Amino acid sequence: MIAAIKAPFIDWSALAPYTSLTVGAVIVLIAGLVGSARLRSWLVPGLALVTLTGTAVELLSRWNHPKVIISEALRVDNLTVILGLLCVAAAAFAVVLSLRSDTEDSVGRGEYHSLLLFSTIGMLILIAANDLVTIFAGLELLSIPLYVLCATELRREHSLEAGLKYLIVGSVGSATLLYGLALIYGATGSTSLPKIGVAIADTGALTDPLLLAGTALAIAGLSFKASAAPFHQWTPDVYEGAPTPVTTFMATATKAAALGILLRILVGPLLPAVDDWAPVIAAVATLSIIVGNFGALGQDSLKRMLAWSSVAQVGYLLAGLVVATSLGIGALVFYLVVYAVMTLAAFAVVIENERASDDGERLSGFAGLGRRRPWLAGAMTVSMLSLAGLPPTGGFIGKLAIINADASGGWMWLAIVLVLGSLVSLGYYLRVIATMWMTEGSAAKTPVVKQAREIVAVALLAAAVTIAAGVLPSWPLERAQDVGHTVISSR
Amino acid sequence: MELTLLLFLPLATGLLGGILGNRLVKPVAVLGGLGTLGVAVGLALNYDTALGGSQFTVDKLWVKPLGIHWALTIDGLNLALVVLTAFVYASVVVACALREQESPRLFYFHLGLGASAVLGAFLAQDLILFVLFFDLMLVPFYFLVGQWGTGDRVAATTKMVIYTLAGSLLMLAAAVATGALAASHHGRHLDFLISNLERLPLGKGTQQWIFLCFAAAFLVKMPAVPLHGWLKDAYKSMPLPVLALFSGVLSKVAAYGFLKLALPLFPDAAASFQDLLLAIGVISILYGSALAFTTNDARLVVGYSSIAQLGFILLGIFSLTSDGAQGALLQMVNHGVVTVALVMIVGVLASRAKGSEDLGSMGGIAMGAPVLAVVFLIAAFANLAMPASANFIGEFLILKGVFDSVTVVAVIACLGVAMAAVYMLRAYIRAMHGPDTNGVEQRDLSIREALPILPAIALILALALSPQPLLKRSEGPATAAVIPAAKAANIDPIQTATTAQAKR
Repeated sequence: MIAAIKAPFIDWSALAPYTSLTVGAVIVLIAGLVGSARLRSWLVPGLALVTLTGTAVELLSRWNHPKVIISEALRVDNLTVILGLLCVAAAAFAVVLSLRSDTEDSVGRGEYHSLLLFSTIGMLILIAANDLVTIFAGLELLSIPLYVLCATELRREHSLEAGLKYLIVGSVGSATLLYGLALIYGATGSTSLPKIGVAIADTGALTDPLLLAGTALAIAGLSFKASAAPFHQWTPDVYEGAPTPVTTFMATATKAAALGILLRILVGPLLPAVDDWAPVIAAVATLSIIVGNFGALGQDSLKRMLAWSSVAQVGYLLAGLVVATSLGIGALVFYLVVYAVMTLAAFAVVIENERASDDGERLSGFAGLGRRRPWLAGAMTVSMLSLAGLPPTGGFIGKLAIINADASGGWMWLAIVLVLGSLVSLGYYLRVIATMWMTEGSAAKTPVVKQAREIVAVALLAAAVTIAAGVLPSWPLERAQDVGHTVISSR
Repeated sequence: MELTLLLFLPLATGLLGGILGNRLVKPVAVLGGLGTLGVAVGLALNYDTALGGSQFTVDKLWVKPLGIHWALTIDGLNLALVVLTAFVYASVVVACALREQESPRLFYFHLGLGASAVLGAFLAQDLILFVLFFDLMLVPFYFLVGQWGTGDRVAATTKMVIYTLAGSLLMLAAAVATGALAASHHGRHLDFLISNLERLPLGKGTQQWIFLCFAAAFLVKMPAVPLHGWLKDAYKSMPLPVLALFSGVLSKVAAYGFLKLALPLFPDAAASFQDLLLAIGVISILYGSALAFTTNDARLVVGYSSIAQLGFILLGIFSLTSDGAQGALLQMVNHGVVTVALVMIVGVLASRAKGSEDLGSMGGIAMGAPVLAVVFLIAAFANLAMPASANFIGEFLILKGVFDSVTVVAVIACLGVAMAAVYMLRAYIRAMHGPDTNGVEQRDLSIREALPILPAIALILALALSPQPLLKRSEGPATAAVIPAAKAANIDPIQTATTAQAKR
């Protein structure tokens, strides 16, 4: 009897990161129902961290064991592993950073952490997607929990506004993407990325207007999520309004996921048509660099400034994508990781400073921080220098790698745009440094609350990694280039 | 290995002092400064002149995927400059230790980082490594001006950084392009070793824009007119010892960059832009001198005279002759030493004139301060290139080189020599002589004040007595540096004046 049912083969070991994360998310949700608030306050984050650690270990074990699973819906390869680890780490740090925030008590600890984990599952699915349907499913699973997470500070008007804004703009983005995917399906007759690749390789270029429009819409839809200009308008408001740990998570993980799938589509099935899409990506990159850097100038809210700066950073990353070679992809992946780390450092400092004073996320709240809390200011300084691309930080090496890819791939003008953009960016990054070290803070700003050790530790750790990536970049760069090779060769 | 040690010694002692705490930070920093000087001098003494070429070389692949090497070496070109940097750093640390600083741990950390970065830029034999150190130099000085400066320091330091990085970032892109294009053009692995890149010349059109990016970075840093806009505010705000380090060695990195990178790597472009750079050099000399004798600010006299002196150095390099390049190298060392002395003397003068650095509030200081007067006079004479000083030899070689290649430029530049006498003597007379109408303190140099100045004065005299050792070591590499560009410009780099005329 039993032998009569032939179940499809499921590679449980390759699927393990997904199953463990799902099970963990459910358990965390249930743990949130524990009666004792004290027990809840450490049990829920603890379980979330255990889940994320387990997922990270399972992901790591998939390194160099590429596999296509669930009837070719997911491709668990080195790109999935690296970006998946990035998202999982971002989620874990978001858990740590929100340990002391009162956000969780207003919406419930279980719900908050569970939503975070579900969003992470969405990212992992999106990064590994090998099918148009999976792409959309992953994107929605990523987005919907985030809409809610943005609005978790129920008593703050801005938080609700951010959630609603993100929901509306995000839905437009999703719809655009869905439309694009539908057109691609219509043009090629398949939802599977490899089969779409075969169909496009036959013609060699995007001669079919249906396919061309589909590709353009898909790029636009994903640009919404990655907040690349001109699809970035939601970014400053949402970043400012959302609870800062959630912003941190969005700024690092969402970007990685969106760029990961963009990379998978463009350098996967659409690689034969590189001459058609590369100029579009170059234009988006240029626009992002210009808009982001000029938008960030003169912002008095650190969160808004970092939002604008993240738009510019996406521009730098796309400049790596334009060169659809293993060199370019390697540079992109390396810079993506460095970007996540240095952004994490900056946001951790903002969170800690927010706890200490009312204007903690305003620039004025940073005045004299170097004197009051030199280590915290030091972490912020490293982060700002790295975002600006100065040595000896990972940001310098990352930009170097991207410029190198651009120069080798014949996109020298884009490298110059990148460099000029970095020059403009000094205007606002240095302003933060100058405020911390070179202006006096009022004596009243001495911290009233006890400092949160774990947040300072996250900031210092991220700053240390940023420096390490600038001093010993060989190993991570080689791993990033491995990813580039596998993406190119697995087509 | 020795060079890696030398490079990191200032930074390491800066860090160590920071860890050990406020009490020990000064002694550790001073030891670090003297240790750096000791190592540098030791290396210079062990440098085998008969053998010449690159010695103590370190070459390890640092960033494999990008082909960046941790390559350091000492050759005739950078030997003197490395010793100069160590010397200036040691003097500056001593001078700082005799003053009180706020947050001394951070201060000495930044100072050490700055010195390490400068040493790195001089020692680097990899294009990207050079660019990295060149950019890195700026970071500590951003803090040193912004945190410990005076007046409108934040605006001053921001202006300085933005000006300098505008050039440096373009240079970064250009440097990467040099390696990437050379690799793809000649079908080789990506590699940024300068010695390899020299053998893989780029096309002429490519060379030109790349050369311009490098020139922009170097000209801002020197600074040359018209890219000197940041100088006034930055100089006014900088703490004096920091200014000595900044003016004494950082500008030399830029001049050295022309000789080490721009000429050998982009000879065709250097030849085609020779006239432009000579013009910039002449304008810097004339305009810098004019600024120097119209300002009443003692500190700015030194600053503007630097513009003029670096104009001479630029002329020497772009004469594309062996004499010019050698004179430029000698002059870099001379100017570094003299600047340290002059900057420190300005500090002493100000302390006599109730803290004011205005020449108008000084006058008559010499009456009761003979040692100070002599010291100042020696430094002033050296700066105006009095015959018998090493500066005279340097400027003579430069002018001879320029005369051989573009005679008319040399004739105009000679005006600069006369102008230097005007502004230096004017500053000297107004500060030291005349009636004491302002009630200055006529006190002679104290031991504390003399400690950082006298070594520089001794070095000025030593260089004046025997510049030969320096010239002997630099002759070969300086000639080698200009040969490719001289060839492209149809100049015989080791010629006599007559053959040059015949060719033209």
